[in-house]
Amino acid sequence: MMNETAVPGTPAATKTPPDGNRWEELVTVALLGTARRTPSGMTARRDAPTALLDAAAVETVRRRAGMRPGRAAARIEPAAEDSRPALPSAAARRLTMLLADRPGAGSGGRRGTTPDLMELLPQWLATANRHGFAAPAPALPALLDAARGRTDIRPAVLAFAGPRALWLARLNADWRFALRAAPGGGAALPGPEEPERMRELWEEGLFAERVALLAAVRGRDAGAARDLLTTTWASERAEDRLMFLDSLRTGLCAADEPFLEQALADRSRNVRSTAAELLSALPASALAGRMAERAGSCVAVDHTRGTPTIVVEAPHECDPGMERDGVVAKAPARRGERSWWLGQLVDAAPLGTWSRRLGGRTPEEIVALPVADDWRDELHAAWCRAAVRQRDPSWSRALLGTPAVPEAGGPGAMSLAERAKLLSTLGAAERAEWVAGFIAVHGLSEAFQLLGVCAVPWAGPLGRAVVDALNIARDAGSYPWSFSGVMGLAERCLDPAEAIRLEALTAVPDEPEHAAPGAGGYWAESFQRLLTTLRLRATIQTELTPP
Amino acid sequence: MTQQGVRWTADQVLALAPDTASRKAGSKLGAAGPWSEAGSSDEGTVWGLCRGSGSKPYRTVIDIADSTGPAYKCSCPSRKFPCKHALGLLLLWAGEDGTVPRGQAPDWADEWIEDRRKRADDKRAAASAAGSAPAGDPEAARRRAERRAEWITAGAAELEQRLTDLLRGGLASAEQAGYGLWEETAARMVDAQAPGLAARVRELGAIPSSGPGWPVRLLEECALLHLLDQGWLRRDVLPGGLAATVRSRIGLPGSADGPPVRDQWLVLAQYDTADSRLTTRRIWLYGAESGRTVLVLSYGAAGRAPELVLPVGLTLDAEVSAYPGAGQSRVALGERFAAPAPTGFRPPGVGVARAVAQYGEALRDDPWLESRPVTLGRVIPTPDGDDWQLADADGELALPLAPPARSRSGLWRLVALSGGAPLTVFGECGHRGFSPLAAWPEGRGEAVPLC
Repeated sequence: MMNETAVPGTPAATKTPPDGNRWEELVTVALLGTARRTPSGMTARRDAPTALLDAAAVETVRRRAGMRPGRAAARIEPAAEDSRPALPSAAARRLTMLLADRPGAGSGGRRGTTPDLMELLPQWLATANRHGFAAPAPALPALLDAARGRTDIRPAVLAFAGPRALWLARLNADWRFALRAAPGGGAALPGPEEPERMRELWEEGLFAERVALLAAVRGRDAGAARDLLTTTWASERAEDRLMFLDSLRTGLCAADEPFLEQALADRSRNVRSTAAELLSALPASALAGRMAERAGSCVAVDHTRGTPTIVVEAPHECDPGMERDGVVAKAPARRGERSWWLGQLVDAAPLGTWSRRLGGRTPEEIVALPVADDWRDELHAAWCRAAVRQRDPSWSRALLGTPAVPEAGGPGAMSLAERAKLLSTLGAAERAEWVAGFIAVHGLSEAFQLLGVCAVPWAGPLGRAVVDALNIARDAGSYPWSFSGVMGLAERCLDPAEAIRLEALTAVPDEPEHAAPGAGGYWAESFQRLLTTLRLRATIQTELTPP
Repeated sequence: MTQQGVRWTADQVLALAPDTASRKAGSKLGAAGPWSEAGSSDEGTVWGLCRGSGSKPYRTVIDIADSTGPAYKCSCPSRKFPCKHALGLLLLWAGEDGTVPRGQAPDWADEWIEDRRKRADDKRAAASAAGSAPAGDPEAARRRAERRAEWITAGAAELEQRLTDLLRGGLASAEQAGYGLWEETAARMVDAQAPGLAARVRELGAIPSSGPGWPVRLLEECALLHLLDQGWLRRDVLPGGLAATVRSRIGLPGSADGPPVRDQWLVLAQYDTADSRLTTRRIWLYGAESGRTVLVLSYGAAGRAPELVLPVGLTLDAEVSAYPGAGQSRVALGERFAAPAPTGFRPPGVGVARAVAQYGEALRDDPWLESRPVTLGRVIPTPDGDDWQLADADGELALPLAPPARSRSGLWRLVALSGGAPLTVFGECGHRGFSPLAAWPEGRGEAVPLC
């Protein structure tokens, strides 16, 4: 109550002090009862309670009527200006709807034909951010609440929500995560034109601020970041050195070699092995050369057999030189030491050396060679790791092979996770084409992980392959929820232009003989939802296109 | 009759939802997918077919032009009102993305609209006929009113006895007595046909457990209840306006027989409060020409949303008639001459000091007044320890937010809208502080509902 917070020092509404005594006396008498206490100026008669109520009524109305505003507390610093253009009104309405679809308030169970709006929020945010729109201020609390529950969308939400969201986060403990995510509590990182501030932040900042600063500088100027790191390297703690070293992954270049080479002698084993890993990704580095030497001496082509065959002679020991170059001497449980060492040598050796070493063969030819004595899986797995680490598309292509071969769908030497990693080194179009080919031959049951690395929206051939495969799965008579993962991906990733091809699939089909009961209806419903979602995504794109 | 081409915003449509689940379900249906043959006519009809889980699509039709508020009809079995299909269709229509084109309403939609408008006309005709005809036997009505007044008088006297007993024994004993005593007294007031007294008594029961400072609040409420009792017992010697206020506070039904005032009424705020029996919807309106701020109440059974819906930020050209009683804001909504339409208009604001003074002055007419509607101009939401206040941008004074307003999500919308800059804020200003209900940013911008 305003009139009760009128204690000295609180800037609430106040009343004139002399009345306060009178009122307090009335409250005291009321608490104890008129049987025990008589208010001053009243006689202790039978109607004392009525007199007390009369007086209290007068005081109550008088206190309320005599209320005055309090003093204003210290003003808060206004939020920084957001200079981005305002969100178009249709897009602002759509955002309201997407945010109204919060998880937990749901119907649960079967998903029906309506789109999963919350799942479209990441795409909505990415598009809005691409166009550089400012978030509407009244939507900020709902945006921050959404980001609070979902760490995956935090960076996009915070980018979209802009400076006012950070300003808000400083006022509400529920949104503190926004300040942690934005280093320096949202204050802008110093740029190259402020070397003083940069140096100061690097030397005195919190760990998260320093990591962010290093990443920002590295993104601008790789050498400047390395120089900054060198200034304090010797005095950093081991776990901090590891994190800082890791940030050199961005923009890794030959000029980093001396620094990394020196880190190979680090006190911490983790720092040493990270430095070795980074150096092995630089094919011209001395370490890569040493590893090529070691690996090359273990693998050769034997021409004495009927067909040329790769023979492997794994290392017999892990010498100190190998250890210094990042080879881990102790093998994990249930793994032979020699094959463990071999794997590490091969995955750190530049892939370019193999062609020279193995008779000028192309990667395809090398991968196709038989390998003696069951070394094939070990060797190919190491080449996979090397192809991913060195981002080598020609080796990735060779190791992936054609998607149609039977082995591509089976366990083989490569797990689906490894295949997905190899795919990620290829260009978007080639990636989509390979996965489309894979789905055409092997269906959808193994495709989920591979689809996850494809660029969104899916390229035409890939989208068609997915829709065809879904159609085949429906005709096979199983229930659609066996494919709910792929369906969900398709809703988010299929090109909205594919909507036309889907219309025919939304009708309830005649049930095939061996179909699961009612499956046709559920499939029609799933396709309807897919279609609805695609149309909605197309609408969202239009709404977010600047006029 | 309708404002052609004027569509609502998503917020305004979602404000129609009876509950959170409907909001969510309606949002999902606000996309073209499940809809077919949707359209809207210049006469203010919106229709569409929505594919659900069954084989036949639901037929949804909405009459947005009706001057008594939007009306809905849907062939779905939902008992929510409006149902998710109606909300989804309105969202689709509000989206203006071409999925609800202008067109000729199909027969099934037209039939319902025709039928509905005819029924509404009949009802209006019947109402005006009833208004002119004498309502029953005036002598019997007078005797009924007298008998009820006697019961209330007996109830008020009994309540006075309870209050004096309480004050004789001391409020400290009320802490131990708990709810039971008050519930029983409240039931006696219901028997005495004084629902206003019963509600106040019921609230007394909750005060001893309401945290620090409860003796002060309990004494205040006891004293105001005593004042109301005394007002009733001496209503014959009170000025006419005050006597009417007492009658309305006691809970006697009044009729909105004030002269009808036609104006462009801007919808400032709409919010619901619910108890175990009733959902009460409060809608604040501001008259662009009259400069009056008035309150329209609408009721729904427990758990159901009241029917009257007026989305915030729209204006309606309508007549209102005041209920009797000095210092009362309540009006009845009379004839509406057009469907609600968007507006750029906003009410003029006053400073913090003026707002508090106006509340004090209003207590002269109605000492039981908890708060008074007011629009504050150029105020900045400012943190004050754990509390918040609205501080004059151009002065040193501030109004604290009322305790319930501090925990509402609307507070954060208000703070976000401000960003530390001055705003225009509409709300209720009373002895507990200020409850913000709607706000406008400096410069241009639509009203942002905060409740």
